[in-house]
Amino acid sequence: MNYRNLRDLIRLAEKRGEKIGEIVIAVEAEQKDMTSEKVREEMVTVWRVMQASIRRGLAEENRSVSGLSGGDAKLVAKTKPSFLSRRILKAVAMALGVAEVNAAMGKIVACPTAGSCGIVPAALTEAANRLKLSEEDVILALFTAAGIGIVCSINASISGAEGGCQAECGVAAAMAAGALTELAGGTPKQVGHAAALCLSNMLGLVCDPVAGLVEVPCILRNAGALMQALLAAELALAGVESRIPVDEVIGAMDEIGKALPESLRETAQGGLANTPTGQKLNRDLPLD
Amino acid sequence: MGKADSVFEVIGPIMIGPSSSHTAGAVRIGQIAGAILSEPAVKAVIYLHGSYALTGKGHGTDKALVAGLLGFGAADERISKSLKIAKEKGLLVKFRRVDLGDDYHPNTARLLLQGNKGTNFEITAISVGGGNISVIELNGLPIKLSGEYYTLITIHKDQPGIVAQASEIIAKNNVNIATANVTRQRRGGLAVMAIEMDQPLPLEAVKQLEKVAQIVRFIQPVY
Ligand code: SF4
Repeated sequence: MNYRNLRDLIRLAEKRGEKIGEIVIAVEAEQKDMTSEKVREEMVTVWRVMQASIRRGLAEENRSVSGLSGGDAKLVAKTKPSFLSRRILKAVAMALGVAEVNAAMGKIVACPTAGSCGIVPAALTEAANRLKLSEEDVILALFTAAGIGIVCSINASISGAEGGCQAECGVAAAMAAGALTELAGGTPKQVGHAAALCLSNMLGLVCDPVAGLVEVPCILRNAGALMQALLAAELALAGVESRIPVDEVIGAMDEIGKALPESLRETAQGGLANTPTGQKLNRDLPLD
Repeated sequence: MGKADSVFEVIGPIMIGPSSSHTAGAVRIGQIAGAILSEPAVKAVIYLHGSYALTGKGHGTDKALVAGLLGFGAADERISKSLKIAKEKGLLVKFRRVDLGDDYHPNTARLLLQGNKGTNFEITAISVGGGNISVIELNGLPIKLSGEYYTLITIHKDQPGIVAQASEIIAKNNVNIATANVTRQRRGGLAVMAIEMDQPLPLEAVKQLEKVAQIVRFIQPVY
């Protein structure tokens, strides 16, 4: 058994009457010559680190070495929301918090990269709290997310230097959207639509980190991508379908990534990094 | 970063941030350099090139390299305090920004190390993305090793027979070679050999090679 795109994954899941996450576990176990139990156990370790990073993200200010970031997660967590629900704003604080922990040299799980590490943990923690899920459910959903990420890495890219931020925060959002949809009872097809809808909203996002550091706008984008994931899951669960099949959306991301000039692929030469203020922040950074 | 062939490449690694190339990769460079030195370092002069020179400070590349030298892994929470820990352990560290030229990868570090038994090494390595690295020079001689395998390294006088002898020892121990490369300064000068293997070599096998090569190192994969 193997898969190279989401169509494969959805078909396999439908044929076997299983969740996408279960297919992903079975393939991983087969390829790594491990038992499914062992594969699951490894993910439990990963999930524990994700949870710890959320705790630290919410509890501390987590100032970065450069001084460019830190403190926003706490600020958001203690604010009374004006538009979002309390829970969603809390999830936003989690996404910001994990990304701040990363910038402050704390321990995180790259998902798919360090820059986009806050999105999936925040989405799944919100789902676990809201839907009162067991750890087992969440672990399974992490494999669903991973399946989407693997497919993106095969058919496009999961590196900002290659494909822009759509490949990091965009893919993370699509992973989260699929996982959320599955957790809320969506079918494998709906998981695919959620990923497609989400990624469609993230296409074209460039990688333009100020001073080349994984802080501005990276931390903010974790929050934005989380919102896109929640939105896409909600739409897919309502029955909204992506007019463009998910694998073709991933193909579009690949094409767009390749068309991006180097200045917008993690070189800190374009976009926000190249604004007068971005440049000034870069010049003012302590070198020693 | 290319195609992921494991779940834990898209959800993982567990690491200390902020950057897989500038932090996690730098830790691995430090770890391998420390393993090659194979005695506690007392002095390290570390040259940072390209993006490592320009954004290394903000990414904690300096702390990450030193953490690796101290033997910490990429998920070790002591990384952010490694400079202080180094001082306490009597490791003197100096950083210098250099321009090695366009031929060098933007994420290059060159470490001049001195061990507590007086051994010196110069190690140049690059961080190629996703936390993966490659050692590209050892004492100025080109070499290629990733740190992902059990690795045998020798520095020896270029003369016939050493490579054959090494392969024979490896074969005799039923060990599988993943990659191998040998380079030399000039005919009859110094040569370095790096052999990456899927399984470890027994200590006696390594000892045997010490009779024919000036320097022999056997290093474990670094994670
Ligand atoms: S802007 Fe670039 S470095 Fe920052 S999260 Fe996006 S892809 Fe990563």
